[in-house]
Amino acid sequence: MSSTTSTSPPTGHANRVGMPNEFLTFTLGDEEYGVDILKVQEIRGYDTVTKIPDAPEFIKGVINLRGTIVPVIDMRLKFRLGRAEYDAFTVMIILNVAGRVVGMVVDGVSDVMQLTPEQIRPAPEFGSAMNARYITGLGALDDRMLILVDIEKLMMAPDMALVDGGSQALQ
Amino acid sequence: MSGIDLGRFHQTFFDESAEGLDAMESALLRLTPDGADLETINGIFRAAHSIKGGAATFGFSAVAGFTHLLETLLDQLRSGKRATTPEAIDVLLRSVDVLRGLLDDARAGRADDAGAAESLSVELRRLLDGPAAVAAAPTSAPLPGPAPARIGWKIHFAPHASLFASGNDPLRILRELQRLGEYRVTCAIERLPALEDCVPETCYLAWDITLRGDCPRDAVAEVFAWVEDECALGIEPLDSAPAASPTPALAPARAAVAAARSEPARSDGASIRVATEKIDSLVNLVGELVITQAMLQQLANGLDPVQHEKLFTGLSQLERNTRSIQEAVMATRMLPVDFVFSRFPRMVRDLAGKLGKQVRMLTSGEQTEIDKGVIERIADPLTHLVRNAIDHGIELPDERLAAGKDAIGTLRLSASHQGGHIVVEVADDGRGLDRARILAKASERGLAASEAMSDAEVWQLIFAPGFSTAESVTDVSGRGVGMDVVKKNIEALNGVVEISSERGRGMRVTIRLPLTLAILDGMSVAVGEEVFILPLGAVVESLQPRPEQVKRMAQQGTVVRVRNEYLPLVDLREWFGLPGTRTAAHEAIVVIVEAESRKLALQIDDLVGQQQVVIKSLEANYRRVRGVSGATILGDGRVALIVDVSAVVRLFSQPLAA
Repeated sequence: MSSTTSTSPPTGHANRVGMPNEFLTFTLGDEEYGVDILKVQEIRGYDTVTKIPDAPEFIKGVINLRGTIVPVIDMRLKFRLGRAEYDAFTVMIILNVAGRVVGMVVDGVSDVMQLTPEQIRPAPEFGSAMNARYITGLGALDDRMLILVDIEKLMMAPDMALVDGGSQALQ
Repeated sequence: MSGIDLGRFHQTFFDESAEGLDAMESALLRLTPDGADLETINGIFRAAHSIKGGAATFGFSAVAGFTHLLETLLDQLRSGKRATTPEAIDVLLRSVDVLRGLLDDARAGRADDAGAAESLSVELRRLLDGPAAVAAAPTSAPLPGPAPARIGWKIHFAPHASLFASGNDPLRILRELQRLGEYRVTCAIERLPALEDCVPETCYLAWDITLRGDCPRDAVAEVFAWVEDECALGIEPLDSAPAASPTPALAPARAAVAAARSEPARSDGASIRVATEKIDSLVNLVGELVITQAMLQQLANGLDPVQHEKLFTGLSQLERNTRSIQEAVMATRMLPVDFVFSRFPRMVRDLAGKLGKQVRMLTSGEQTEIDKGVIERIADPLTHLVRNAIDHGIELPDERLAAGKDAIGTLRLSASHQGGHIVVEVADDGRGLDRARILAKASERGLAASEAMSDAEVWQLIFAPGFSTAESVTDVSGRGVGMDVVKKNIEALNGVVEISSERGRGMRVTIRLPLTLAILDGMSVAVGEEVFILPLGAVVESLQPRPEQVKRMAQQGTVVRVRNEYLPLVDLREWFGLPGTRTAAHEAIVVIVEAESRKLALQIDDLVGQQQVVIKSLEANYRRVRGVSGATILGDGRVALIVDVSAVVRLFSQPLAA
């Protein structure tokens, strides 16, 4: 298994020099997001998933990724953005976060972008579907605006229900 | 030479030393004052000696120094200069502990904890300086004395330089000689030139061999028959005069030979040390192979067997080979259960001594092999059970005598294969469980308990967290932590714990474990689009119930009557929240599963088949899911969840039992 685990650099506005500067960008609804490229293992099409009991709706199930069982989250369902349709064009970003492999379904993957520290602005307190806690900044590139996400923090958050101790209250 | 980093050999040294210490300990425990046999003492001596050698090489001077003292004492025991007194055995046992501590310190790079070693060193020295002549004549007599080999041969073997050219190997000859008796070889290296002048095809060495054994001269000469013309050979009878002095020195050689004969399995040396990660990755790869093979098989099923005959032959061969590889790889992970059992004699001895009890420990089936992962994880539960048996089970000698029992209690540890399972039992002949007291204690603690409960149900109560019937809390056990942990640990291994007990006669705890953690014999069942795996061991039968067999009961859901038994019916579709409409039970298929001696009926859509599945962890990237013990990958690459039958049974049969 190719593990591209990198210790996540300290994030936050005070220490912008240490921030990642290459981002994989993807779209969710009308918003464009960016995640640290080093957390991305691969990008693949949407496969048949095996449903998991007792899981929230946005956890689609698990897939077999070359012998490893990997949970798949549909970000469109999680953040109620876009339409959750599954067809030949549905893509999934396989992430390597906190020593775990997780797949996330998004509307589309755009490209890899380099941002200089000057292009990264502090995040506003509101204005996106994602909780501000997980947003490390806004990247401005020409007329595009990227919402930069601390994907590791987001995936390990209790309400993602991906790790033990997360929300299990369905019954 | 200075460029060699000794550090990378440290790990090997520590591993080997730990093994050596284990061997010493178990040998020491076999020693009894009257039954001190030379071979055992020699075994201990050898282990101590190699630790000393290694420690000195790597500069662990504290270890080396201490082992040296130990060795001196052992040497005296071995040469019969000192009798093996219980005191000596005790000191030796404690020395093993101290050495372990010293080695741990050295491994962790801590400063040596000189205190314990120092005080024991003093004790060792005192013992050494003390009345050394304790060795009573009768004890020493049978030791080195009348060895059957009073006579022997003194052999001088000086091959010509061209010996190798004729394809002869002196080493083989020397080995051959070894079979004739104990021997001692001195190598003469006078002819050996400086390294740069050495010609590799030339034999420069000569040997002097002292062979002790009563074999005829012909037998010796025969060994050299092939090289007679190519060497200077002298075979002279050995005069018995110098026998006195070489005897002690010879002893190890003889013992080594003897040991080699009595324990061929161990001394073979035909084993290598392999890091467990390597084996684990091998197991994983084989798992992948099994899946790939199943996938090919599935693809081929759609083909015409007549047209693709060769393909099918190849596939069935692949299947056989895959299975053999799988078994072989699994076998490399297997260890005899002795690895756990061997730690108990010492513990039992110490514990019994501390509690003033007399305990005899018997083990059987130590050679039963279990997956390494299982072994590591049953060590703690077993330790706990053994401790419990000695502390709570076996009575004090007076009490035992009063009850008409042997003053010495018996603790039995056994392991065996039963079907696809390993069964490990801890049994004692102590007082057994006290039904009344457990019930009293249970209601005191607010657990559901009543007189009407069967014995088996009452015994299950002691698995409740924090449950203890001990009257006093000793430093051994009785704090009420334990049985619940034992049960949890065993269940985490897909195992089952059962208790049987008879008042005044003893108690027996049976642990049933799967052979391996990595592969499961499963029955695949379909519910809608999804496939689930039921562990085959838990499946009792499957049937299609008639409408009158299915009954709805108020508050308790649906039950199925199977041969006068009413079993709760669980619809897997509903339980796993799968889409699709529920079919009536009599139109579906019902699989009866059993876990923890309780049965349950699972409603499914279809039976798919039986297959071995490779267990994959769901928790590696996700979290624990209630009712699911893991996942596996099917032949078509899809993921199937493995149903945790115990969990489902526990959840659904609770209301019926209460």
